[in-house]
Amino acid sequence: MSIQRRKVALGLVTALAAASLMVPLLSAGISGAATHSTRDSVTSFPRNETLYTSGTAYSAPTNWNPMNLGNYATGTQGLLYETLFLYNPLNSKNPYMPWLARGGVWTDPGTYKITLRNGLTWSDGSALTSADVAYTIMLAKTNPAVPYSNLGPFIKSVSTPNSQTVVVNFKAGAYTVWSNFLWSQPIVNKAVWSTWTPAQQITDANTSPIGSGPMLLDSAATTTQSVAYTVNPNWWGIADLGLNFRFKYLVDVVNGSNNVELGQLLESNIDLSNNFLPGISQLISSPAATGKLNASGGYGLATYYPTAPYMLSANTVWLEPNLTKAPMNNLNFRKALAYAINPQQIANVIYSNIVNPATPTGLLPNLNSFIDKGVVSKYGYSYNPKLAKQYLKASGYKGQNVKIESPDGWTDWNTGSEVIVQQLAAVGIHATAYFPQYAARESDLTNGTYDLALDNNAGPSSTPWKYFDRVFQLPIAKQQTAQLNWERDNNPQAWALVQKLGSISPANTKGAQAVYSQLEQIFLQTLPEIPLWYNGAWAQYNTSYWKDFPTVATDHYTPIMWGGWLGNMTTVLALAHLQPVG
Amino acid sequence: MRRYLARKLIIYVVTFWVAATTDWLLPRLVPGNPISLLLSKLSLQPTTYNATYNLYMKAFGFNRPWWKQYLSFWDALVHGNLGVSIYEFPKPVTSVIADSVLFTLGLLIPAILLAYFAGNKVGAMAARRKSLDNTVLPVSYILTGTPYPWLALLLAFLFAAGGIGHFFPISGGFSYGLVPGLNWTFVWSLATHWVLPFLTLFLVAFGGWAIGMRNLIIYELESDYSHYLEALGAPPKLVRKYAYKNARLPQITGLALQLGVLVGGAVLTEVTFSYPGLGFLVLKAIGNDDYFLLQGIFMFIIIGVLASNFIIDIVYVLVDPRTRVGIAGA
Repeated sequence: MSIQRRKVALGLVTALAAASLMVPLLSAGISGAATHSTRDSVTSFPRNETLYTSGTAYSAPTNWNPMNLGNYATGTQGLLYETLFLYNPLNSKNPYMPWLARGGVWTDPGTYKITLRNGLTWSDGSALTSADVAYTIMLAKTNPAVPYSNLGPFIKSVSTPNSQTVVVNFKAGAYTVWSNFLWSQPIVNKAVWSTWTPAQQITDANTSPIGSGPMLLDSAATTTQSVAYTVNPNWWGIADLGLNFRFKYLVDVVNGSNNVELGQLLESNIDLSNNFLPGISQLISSPAATGKLNASGGYGLATYYPTAPYMLSANTVWLEPNLTKAPMNNLNFRKALAYAINPQQIANVIYSNIVNPATPTGLLPNLNSFIDKGVVSKYGYSYNPKLAKQYLKASGYKGQNVKIESPDGWTDWNTGSEVIVQQLAAVGIHATAYFPQYAARESDLTNGTYDLALDNNAGPSSTPWKYFDRVFQLPIAKQQTAQLNWERDNNPQAWALVQKLGSISPANTKGAQAVYSQLEQIFLQTLPEIPLWYNGAWAQYNTSYWKDFPTVATDHYTPIMWGGWLGNMTTVLALAHLQPVG
Repeated sequence: MRRYLARKLIIYVVTFWVAATTDWLLPRLVPGNPISLLLSKLSLQPTTYNATYNLYMKAFGFNRPWWKQYLSFWDALVHGNLGVSIYEFPKPVTSVIADSVLFTLGLLIPAILLAYFAGNKVGAMAARRKSLDNTVLPVSYILTGTPYPWLALLLAFLFAAGGIGHFFPISGGFSYGLVPGLNWTFVWSLATHWVLPFLTLFLVAFGGWAIGMRNLIIYELESDYSHYLEALGAPPKLVRKYAYKNARLPQITGLALQLGVLVGGAVLTEVTFSYPGLGFLVLKAIGNDDYFLLQGIFMFIIIGVLASNFIIDIVYVLVDPRTRVGIAGA
């Protein structure tokens, strides 16, 4: 009898537990979505009308404010808000593409005239006019926290002769900052931004974005796991450029771990992955024996280059010496480092050749035309242990141990720095690899309490200006918080040259090149940073549902959804050229 | 009873104060500054950087002296305000947690309850049948000794990645092609994503309960009162009933202690499956120096563990007559 009763009780409890499990899960899913909804009653995205991307977002999408650089959801720049021009790193002859602007020209050395395209509209139907552009530019003057406020001091005045023309008057020295603005800063909606306080203009989540771009935010389908967009049927690019998106929905997935992302890509749940996936080159080059096979054999994966290095280059990884500490402050010691390290070995062993070793200046391949080959052949260096030993001897190095920092869990950098330790040991330098937490490493670099560190904070840009601006930035503060000149190189001559670039007209390419050559020479002679390899612009395509992704053989667009690429470079064009399979 | 509860309540309040203060303090002792971490990847020019930095420092109140920050932490806390998340800026921590907490509860509550009841049941059964004991005991030892992430990977390999088959999805809380809503596709997706993380938590805890119950029952069956009952000619069923009742008490205490461990287990399991619960969030909050989020999640865990302990305290009074006598006598 009592056993009977206990059985009933146990059954009850089990039933209760089972019920308690479904209720929270259900409401979890529903509360995970934003509350306001405008879409039709589709409950799931049709697979053959949806493009799935990953590799960009590391937190739940909560923010669609393009001024909030660190936090905005994937697609805020590019899919919702657009720039006046795009920069195409794969076309060195004609790198700037008019986007919202139909054209732009320096009418005199201090005046720039922008002409907007016809028929630009915001997604609420109102017209995008010169007033919006002028307002966006003026924010640089009125709000010091906008990402491009360094432009502010150079602006004299902005005028709008008509709804499609903006004329900007500059003080001297604005060229570099301005050309950077043209392709990297999206135009925001005056009607929205002007109602906000200066702090709100940067920090408001902008959850009902009114953009000008090719997509609309699908709030109802946006969850903590992904952000969803639908194609904007009224986008100006359809009529003006004949660009037609063949997918209806774009879903960008928040990253789990690399293994999870690899699994999702292989299962065809992701079409475009911008994750770093170690060992991806094996999966691309060999038809795999297991898993989902498609007609061409293997997993149906593709990359920009069919063979090594498979990926475009995204940024330069440096060995960053702390120039305020011995022995790193000794030029001969730094030369010994530069000659002792063999980045080719790291590219082979650690990366299975999905990265390329850096050239001596460390400038990315898209800036090749700016590299002075005469300077490099005269002052450049390459792997040479014998020379390394000579320089080490000349440096008076007394066998001190130096630590090489890389953030814990960045496995490729961690193993890479172990390889460097071995290579340095071979010439007689005692180094140890050290893996602090990311935040601790950040603090070490900011406060200058490190010896050597792996660092990659010089990203893609349209000229070498940004690169040298990072390397030679002065003055040096006690805390180098802005991530500029972390190596603490005090070189006023080089910094003067960097600043001089601002007053050389873009038309004067010869004058600019002369300065770049000088900077490259100083860089190679003083070695404030030691370039190692180019981190890849990781992009893996699963071609089961969508084809015609950018490759070296076809269209030269950037296949990258990352901030600073999507919306600034040609990723939107790459997306517009995708075709459904079958 | 009232005095018993009052005494317990005071202990809980003091515990809460200590835990909450630690919770406030610990993230701030981590090296690094969350704002400079947030701004580190933006490649801003120095003047812009400083303006943005000051804006955020002010927005988060980091520009005030520490004791003011501490006081306003308590002030906000009693008003149910946990601040704004840095990593999911500008979402309030309460709503970040609200999006994830139900996933964790949906894993934890069934896992704790089912493992407790099933484990005790199977353990008790094993104690009285030699043949069953020979399988239950070693299996339980293996299960309870298995680290959560390892079991999670094993299950993922076997049932999701094709070791045995592709029965369940490998990660996430639901398929991201779905629009959340009350429809079968979505509910089914939730359920299939739930199975493997649940199994991980359930199996490890199950092993522990089964072993505990088996040992306790054997101990109770060997004790004097059992032999006395047997000598009086009581049927074995009755003897086992009393043994079970007595063996249950240490298990209930164990349940209270287990709660904290299980929350930790849930963190590791969720991370392994990228399951969008609190555990997954903890990892992200730590990685981004998100004081407020970390604080909020731990606050939630602290309150959860204290509340369940309180409930267990009360349950204990109900199931153990000796406590009742003790209270009445006091």
